[in-house]
Amino acid sequence: MAAQACIIPLKMQLVQSMLTRVMKSQKSLHIKTFLLILVMVITGPLGNVLLSKGMKQAGSLALWPPAEVPHTVARVLSTGSLWLGIASLLTFFLANILVLSWADYSFVQPASSMGYGVSALLGYFMLGEPVSPLRWVGITIICLGVFVVGQTQPQSLEHS
Amino acid sequence: MVEAVLFALIIVAGTCGELCVSRAMKAVGEVKDFRPLAIARVILRALRVGWMWAGVGLMALAFFSLLGALSFLNVSFVVPVTALSYVSGAFGAMFFLRERVSPRRWAGVCLVAIGVTLVFLGRR
Repeated sequence: MAAQACIIPLKMQLVQSMLTRVMKSQKSLHIKTFLLILVMVITGPLGNVLLSKGMKQAGSLALWPPAEVPHTVARVLSTGSLWLGIASLLTFFLANILVLSWADYSFVQPASSMGYGVSALLGYFMLGEPVSPLRWVGITIICLGVFVVGQTQPQSLEHS
Repeated sequence: MVEAVLFALIIVAGTCGELCVSRAMKAVGEVKDFRPLAIARVILRALRVGWMWAGVGLMALAFFSLLGALSFLNVSFVVPVTALSYVSGAFGAMFFLRERVSPRRWAGVCLVAIGVTLVFLGRR
């Protein structure tokens, strides 16, 4: 009887410590997911903006006559912003792959809808692009549409 | 004209590329092991599928078209318009991959199409 009385609190302690461990790992998983999605939302649009800056720095793209092509390619590849943009997009892809290895696609995908808005914001603030009110409305509706698409089941069980 | 061709390439080649890669990855099978060696084996298996090569080629074409468009158009115009890939993606998934697209997903696709129309109309 006394032994049983000792075992019960011990079992309770074990369950409690297991619960704490699970809650801690859940919390760290949430933080990890949030951080990586934040990286995706920043680096994806930033990559596009840097590509845009780089391509505009490179000037007009002369592809004709064909002898001009190597010069154009060399000029584009010597632009620093373009390489920064590619590095930023690679970071985005890496974060995307990593987060998808544990988080649901249907959870990650709606986050990408913010990318369209962030791209416009960065274009407006970093490159000084003029954005009309109607375009802002359009971009907001696009974000909403992409969010709705992301809310649907990622895998359809029925195939027609 | 150049603008329309570049957008068509970004959207159509990008979507076709993703559909080809998706078809190739479905042929490879679901990835359950995420250890680096297992991922390398999956990539090697995927490279033996013809659809993967077609997909990568089309996605590269879409990327270079994006670079071309960004050389003379604003990023706040180009990136939202590329969301049209959700529209072509839904049609492609239905006809090419024979997936069933839910009404809710069609609703999202319609919103994207309306948004892109407004972005075009709000062009200065």
